[in-house]
Amino acid sequence: MNDGGITALTLNSYLLVSASLFIISIVGILLNRKNVILLLMCIELMLLAVNTNFVAFSFFLDDITGQVVVFFVLTVAAAEAAIGLAILVVLFRNRDSIDVKKLDLLRG
Amino acid sequence: MTFEQLVFYGFAGITLIAGLAVVSLRNPVHAALSLILCFFSTAGLWLLMEAEFLAIALVLVYVGAVMVLFMFVVMMLDINIEETKKGFGKIILFAMTLTIPMVIAVGTVMNSDFFRTSSFSYISREDMDYNNTKEIGLKLFTDYILLFEIASLILLVAIIAAIALTLRTSRQTRAPNVDDQVSVRRSDRVKLINIKE
Repeated sequence: MNDGGITALTLNSYLLVSASLFIISIVGILLNRKNVILLLMCIELMLLAVNTNFVAFSFFLDDITGQVVVFFVLTVAAAEAAIGLAILVVLFRNRDSIDVKKLDLLRG
Repeated sequence: MTFEQLVFYGFAGITLIAGLAVVSLRNPVHAALSLILCFFSTAGLWLLMEAEFLAIALVLVYVGAVMVLFMFVVMMLDINIEETKKGFGKIILFAMTLTIPMVIAVGTVMNSDFFRTSSFSYISREDMDYNNTKEIGLKLFTDYILLFEIASLILLVAIIAAIALTLRTSRQTRAPNVDDQVSVRRSDRVKLINIKE
């Protein structure tokens, strides 16, 4: 696997990138709780990391099914983003804020 | 270092830096722009893995449609950036400690014998008559045709939901009230009077 001291590209290299991206986005979800738009962006980032995993396994196991799954994940993620942003716009119209902490109307 | 490795490390570095920028920048517009950069470099990584169709779809669908939607919403909503800055320092320690178990878990899995010693290696299909889009299409329209139809339904539901949520009916609009029109009775419209009295 080694060529000239630097390890060649393996499945592990891609998995490492996507795992790092996933962890970054989880930290982002914990950090950005004042802003729902940033939460939605972090969810998109998580889906991207998972998709990268799927593509990497699809390539290194030589099985196209992984890419078909990514196709469906992209579809559902686009629908989710559209509905999420629509809810966000309605929320901002009603409450004049997108702070998660202020959305405690049901708490009583 | 081969050319492929150079491309991989470049795109992977840009992806991670842009991801960090998305979660750490306070201005939502900057965060959205970093997310666009992140999508672009990930598309590059996917191209390196010979997933050409999905890489192009990622750029077209995400950068072209979803991120434009994000930018519209970010710029339409008048968000107080100063207020979102508060309480950042308190939570960052908690977030960092929460990621430590995840880092350990990922490291353990990747150091396992399965991933280290198995023969996953770079297979080049340059000499073969291989068409990525054709392969995906063949799989999609045979084995996964039902899922494909369900995906179209999901998109339809998303269209209707997004329009229904954000449609604002103004009070100034001179439009007929459909409910009133449907539920009208004959007695509401016609009144018979006997004029021969």
